[in-house]
Amino acid sequence: MNPVDTAMEHRLEEIEPAAPGAPRRMVLNMGPQHPSTHGVLRVILELDGEIVTSARPDIGYLHTGIEKQAEALGWQQVVTITDRMDYLANLSNNLAYVLPVEKLLGIEIPPKAQWMRVLLAELSRINSHVVWLGTHALDLGAMTVFFYCFREREELLRIFEMFSGQRMMTSYIRIGGLALEPPRGWDRAVRNFIRGFPEKVDEYEALLRENPIFLKRTQGVAYAPLEQLLDLGVTGPMIRAAGLAWDIRKAEPYSSYEKFDFRVPVEQSSDVYARFLIRLEEMRQSARIVEQALEGMPEGAWKADAPRVVLPDREKMKTQMEALIYHFKIVTEGVHVPAGEAYVPVESPRGEIGFYVVSDGGTQPWRVFMRTPSFGNLQALPALFEGKLIADTIAALGSMDFVLGDVDR
Amino acid sequence: MLPEEIQQLETPAAIAQWDAEALTGGSLARGELVLWTTRERIVALCRFLKRERQFTRLVAVTCIDRYPVEPRFEVVYLLHSIPRNERLRLKVALHSGDAVVPSVCGVWAGANWYEREVFDMFGVRFEGHPDLRRILMPDYWQGHPLRKDFPVHGHKYSYKDE
Repeated sequence: MNPVDTAMEHRLEEIEPAAPGAPRRMVLNMGPQHPSTHGVLRVILELDGEIVTSARPDIGYLHTGIEKQAEALGWQQVVTITDRMDYLANLSNNLAYVLPVEKLLGIEIPPKAQWMRVLLAELSRINSHVVWLGTHALDLGAMTVFFYCFREREELLRIFEMFSGQRMMTSYIRIGGLALEPPRGWDRAVRNFIRGFPEKVDEYEALLRENPIFLKRTQGVAYAPLEQLLDLGVTGPMIRAAGLAWDIRKAEPYSSYEKFDFRVPVEQSSDVYARFLIRLEEMRQSARIVEQALEGMPEGAWKADAPRVVLPDREKMKTQMEALIYHFKIVTEGVHVPAGEAYVPVESPRGEIGFYVVSDGGTQPWRVFMRTPSFGNLQALPALFEGKLIADTIAALGSMDFVLGDVDR
Repeated sequence: MLPEEIQQLETPAAIAQWDAEALTGGSLARGELVLWTTRERIVALCRFLKRERQFTRLVAVTCIDRYPVEPRFEVVYLLHSIPRNERLRLKVALHSGDAVVPSVCGVWAGANWYEREVFDMFGVRFEGHPDLRRILMPDYWQGHPLRKDFPVHGHKYSYKDE
């Protein structure tokens, strides 16, 4: 028998049949290819009429063993697989991985690289939020927003391509700084985009904020109290929509976020509409951060002065003996990271992402644990589904904004 | 025993006052506090930290395999207190023949999936877990992929039906 079929049947068998005389229930299998899950998620719903009485998420369809792979790659190579976890926030993931490794190495990152990282992380936050908004609105029947959002996404992907040569799998933030020198004319491209962006957010807002259909489908939908969400490990915009003003960029600043002026939006109603308002405002705040980074971009080096970690300039490598030796050592042997462990939390578009990195002093990580925001947030799915209408599950799923690659790794 | 510099910190001092034998060791490296405890005390300690020290968030539960060293497994609890803006890691060491630890699902509901993941990937059992099944790997999978003695390219006989 096909092993996949047995697994499916096995899980459906776990649901006990109703006792004689008890009200009839319906078991509905949502996914794994349901379009509104934006990935491969399966939810087993039990229904009493139109009310969801139980929801059980079944994950793991996109599991690719990224943590195991990381143990078989060199320290610098692991950056490339962090891209593949979350295809919407690659640069945040790159940043979250390199920070603890740099902490173990004890290297100082020059200001220009730090500011560049902030700028790119915020652009990827905008990228993630526009894709979320477009698809979320599409799920609720508003098609125009989708086209507007993907118009901006295209510009952002062009900027990422300009920096790294890749639209999605950027791997641009590396241990010790950046992968390449920022390209000529990057500031003009970013400025052109960011100048016009706040108006675009106004457009999205005009389409949705007072749209009666959108309001009906979002206000008061998928409510969950703050205590419950905290207990379940939810982070990011969802927790801010429940009334907690907690943002890691403010609470535990990394990569010189303390030098930027921005506001952390908070809403109290903890429903789908509140989550929409939070992300809308976050896009505006991200645009502000990018503008500040553009205006105040420091001069200087874009990679650290750490010859044992960072590859030397091409020119130096060809003219200086020492640089050649370092180059040879890094390429053939790899980077040695001192034994120890580190964890640095980072505010990704979805919440807290953190890499718990353990080194035994070698050229490969001993263990890389990826604390991904989507995994923590998805655990709250039954809390948002149970006791509510089945028609609202689509809005609830959309408001959680998870990426299944990030859940399953 | 606890090093001098850690004994003076607020949280370890409060724990020592509550139960002098709760902590078996600790380290403070690069500003990150790690405290060691035993599996007999982990649940009570977590409950104490949540109630008295506002560690309302369980960031994650994970595991490190130190193969071939014994005790082989280190179960790691990453805690965070938002009001105090403080982070802490608790660790429990487990021997390979006896990799069982009580579940902290009763303290934080969010521990559920993380403990299932550790069970799936390392084969550490969590006693008292409400639903201890594999979470990422298929139900019929044999072995625990993140163990160091599991080959990176998989095992030919990981599929039962082959």
